[in-house]
Amino acid sequence: MKYYRYILLWLVIATVACRTDEVIVPTEYEQLFTPSGEECDPVGMYLLNEGNMGSNKASIDYINFEEGYYARNLYAERNPTVIKELGDVGNDIQLYGNRLYVVLNSSHKVEVVDARTLVRIGQVDIPNCRYIQFDKGNAYVTAYVGPISIDPHAQLGAVYRVDTASLAITAQCTVGYQPDELVIHDGYIYVANSGGYRKPNYDTTVSVVDIEAMKQVRKIAVAPNLHRIRKDAYGKLWVSSRGDEASIPSRLLVLEPSEGASREMVVTDTLDIPCSDMYIHGDSLYFYSNAWSDKLEQNVVTYGIVDVRTKQLITEHFITDGSEKYIEKPYGIAVNPATGDIFVTDAKNYVSSGVLHCYSSDGVKKWSVRAGDIPAHMVFLNRE
Amino acid sequence: MGICKHVLLSIAVVCMSLIPMVEAMAQEQLDSISVHTLNEVVVTANRFTEVIPSQKLTGKELEGLNSLSVADALRYFSGVQLKDYGGVGGIKTVNIRSMGSEQMGVFYNGIQLGNAQNGQVDLGKFSLENIEEISLYNGQRSDIFQTAREFGTAGSIYLTTRRPRFKADEKAHLKAGLKVGSFDFLNPSILCEYKLTDDIYATFNAEWINSSGKYEFRYRRVTPSGELAYDTTAVRENGDIDAVRIEGGVQGYMPRGKWKAYMYHYTSERGIPGAIVNNVWHRGERLWDRNSFAQAMFEYDITPRLSTKVHAKYAFDYTHYVNNDDKLIAVDNIYKQREVYASWANKYTILHNWDVSLAYDYQWNQLSEYRDVERNTHWVSLATAYALDDCFKVQASALATIVDEEDRARDDVPDKFKVTPAVFLSYKPFDRADLVLRAFYKQSYRMPTFNDLYYTDMGNAYLKPELATQYNVGVLYDLDRNDKLFSFFRIGADVYYNKVTDKIVAYPKGQQFRWTMLNLGVVDIRGIDAQAMAVFRFPYHIELTTKLQYSYQEAIDITNPHDTYYRHQIPYVPWHSGSAVVMLGWRDWTLNYSFIYVGERYNQQENIIYNYTQPWYTNDVSLIKVFRLKNVVLKATLEVNNLLDQDYDVILNYPMPKRNYRVGVTIEI
Repeated sequence: MKYYRYILLWLVIATVACRTDEVIVPTEYEQLFTPSGEECDPVGMYLLNEGNMGSNKASIDYINFEEGYYARNLYAERNPTVIKELGDVGNDIQLYGNRLYVVLNSSHKVEVVDARTLVRIGQVDIPNCRYIQFDKGNAYVTAYVGPISIDPHAQLGAVYRVDTASLAITAQCTVGYQPDELVIHDGYIYVANSGGYRKPNYDTTVSVVDIEAMKQVRKIAVAPNLHRIRKDAYGKLWVSSRGDEASIPSRLLVLEPSEGASREMVVTDTLDIPCSDMYIHGDSLYFYSNAWSDKLEQNVVTYGIVDVRTKQLITEHFITDGSEKYIEKPYGIAVNPATGDIFVTDAKNYVSSGVLHCYSSDGVKKWSVRAGDIPAHMVFLNRE
Repeated sequence: MGICKHVLLSIAVVCMSLIPMVEAMAQEQLDSISVHTLNEVVVTANRFTEVIPSQKLTGKELEGLNSLSVADALRYFSGVQLKDYGGVGGIKTVNIRSMGSEQMGVFYNGIQLGNAQNGQVDLGKFSLENIEEISLYNGQRSDIFQTAREFGTAGSIYLTTRRPRFKADEKAHLKAGLKVGSFDFLNPSILCEYKLTDDIYATFNAEWINSSGKYEFRYRRVTPSGELAYDTTAVRENGDIDAVRIEGGVQGYMPRGKWKAYMYHYTSERGIPGAIVNNVWHRGERLWDRNSFAQAMFEYDITPRLSTKVHAKYAFDYTHYVNNDDKLIAVDNIYKQREVYASWANKYTILHNWDVSLAYDYQWNQLSEYRDVERNTHWVSLATAYALDDCFKVQASALATIVDEEDRARDDVPDKFKVTPAVFLSYKPFDRADLVLRAFYKQSYRMPTFNDLYYTDMGNAYLKPELATQYNVGVLYDLDRNDKLFSFFRIGADVYYNKVTDKIVAYPKGQQFRWTMLNLGVVDIRGIDAQAMAVFRFPYHIELTTKLQYSYQEAIDITNPHDTYYRHQIPYVPWHSGSAVVMLGWRDWTLNYSFIYVGERYNQQENIIYNYTQPWYTNDVSLIKVFRLKNVVLKATLEVNNLLDQDYDVILNYPMPKRNYRVGVTIEI
């Protein structure tokens, strides 16, 4: 009978290795610009791509300023034995000492790696972690979920203290609802509470936590749905509010010590400037805002600079060559402390590769490079 | 490497399609060796009677395919992409010819299953236990005497439950079954059929499905140099399911008509296993579902020329979603959906070869608890069918869809009115050879769902309906030699071009993860569906059936030339896919082997290495033995799924089970 051929052919297909070993995706290198040959400091910048929730595609890219190349997706190649790579939804990346701390929100962990080699040192498990800051050998991490509350719909967030030597959680302090960024100033941790999951009852406060006691000592009423909080060289805190998406728009607010003896921080100015993200470089606060217009069915974007001394808007166009039209969805901002080069990331439609753009300090585009999914958080690496 | 493998596959498919042809020619020379009786033939009549390309699975064939749910069985149809999140309880949706699952209509005993909230029907919920036939039509069903809604979908799946058939001296049938298997799977079922009078039958069917959903899965990676990076095996958690389905009905026949009343109730509690990502191996999402509907149909020939048909349905769906994961913000939402549907269809025969039909359907949908919205929809269809000398057939239809959206204070949703045409042609050029050429053109709209329009932050009240346009030409050749050794052969192919415009896609807005829905997408879809089938009847009651399906699809995003994914294949659509089935029968034994292949594809819009998803293919085997003892028929089934133990994901980070087993026994009186 000839029918065996029939079966044989299918057996061949069934057993032929159409499916191959799944390979760890190696780092890709791309030359961005011709090296000037001069020494520079910082020597490079890390970029954290968030990746979509559930996709497990958070990744770390690196720009080498001295040699002018871009390295895409470093972590997996440097740590091939880590199961399921870096993780899900990168939310913050910071340097402290010789280590890089990467906050992975949906992997519920802070990944700790060597700042130069990116080789894994360890991890700290923190549920729903958001942002990280450091002080005197400790890391402080905000998390959307604190202790289990009786009412499951009113669960408060927390700040966790992590000993950077042992990577152990040593204390925890309950703050407001869904806390986002934090800043450490003068013995206190200032935490921007969002309440983002409680629409329309957003949180409106900044929590003030005594860093020694790890106790919330006060709450400052600011504006609905807070997100960013940064400090300038003059001891002022700059806070961004997302607004309530109805009557109250996104705003940039300033906190300063009050006149009284307590010197408590209070809101002194509410600038009529919507703000999605900011980066303070000297006396200049670079920001962009990204507001959805229902009427135009598109995002209305501003790229501006505020003078932190005068609190005045200096420009609404820090990109001066008109190339901002190529940015679909700005999602991160950083300024090179040495050169003043401005970095803006574009998250596009969130579900395709983003782009990192570099502009000179006078706002002219220098180069652009393809990044990972949702490029968002940047940190500069200083010379050793 | 990728190309080479496709070429290999394509060549193999073509070769295999040709082999039976060669055999057929050889066989023509021979006279038949022996005469066999035609027992339950697997071949179904979808030849010239059906103008529209269709695929069917029925009876024995369906039983042999190791399929638990309707979704599993649909994998054997060409042009179908299944999204399977894994396990017994995982969501399973299908998408035909890349037009999106919202463009699909799923009809249960003739009436469409609805989900006004998200437009998707989870076909994993529909067990095959009581299903007698699954048919898939590209475009619409080949029958102008149908409800208006049936003209409205880009592709249609018809699920038909078992129809009672009594011999003259029979009064009742009782069938009881039990399946057990891997993942602590337990599935008892019972079916009763009564003959109340000579013309009125009643049926009742119930089943219970319980499974822990725990299965081992494995992730293994190597470095580019070939060294092992990691290799880990874990157990899928929170994939348990506990479901009960009860359905029953009464149907009657009259000299000039028939009627049917039917009730369906499904209740389940399940875990949603979620994505496996770094540091997260189990999740805490739970889902409680209750789907109930009652439907009735009455069909009557008023005169020999004029027939009328009435359908009515009431459906209530309850969904309770809880997120218990202590690492996430607690969520506890209840959704209730209600649907009222009525249809009146009429057919008039103008000449013996010329029919016209007119139908009107009305539907009311409501979503409540978490959000409160309502919608009224009207459909009016006008269709005609004409046949010329039994060699040329044409069907044409036009459907008007009118959507009255609720008057809302906050979001002023415009009403919608759309008319869509369809034309189907079929031509049989030779009297003696069963060769049919066919072609169709069809437009269909899918209305925005409640989620698209009203979802918190995300909904966009001004959405327009999404349009799908299809063009198809095909050929089908059947060779039926009845009792000869090479007894049946079929080969056919359809080539199509589809275009989806105003595709409803999620678009990011404002800050953070705020999205909105926009009519942004344009997708260009070109493909080929090919099929071949052969039945051999050997001496000693040995029967061999072989069946092949192959699909090639290029579905590219042509929305905007500035997008990095412009002209890239859309997510989760493989270029190549196919299946092969071999059934070997001998007396009361049946051995089935089936192979499913889904080629490489990408899990996001950009076709880059980070989004690459490997092909997967599974080999399933089943052995069925029927024991007959007087009036009792006992059937035992042994199934082995994923025989070669392949570790694969259909959806990124949703691992599928490794090799698994099921054993079943049914007793029928």
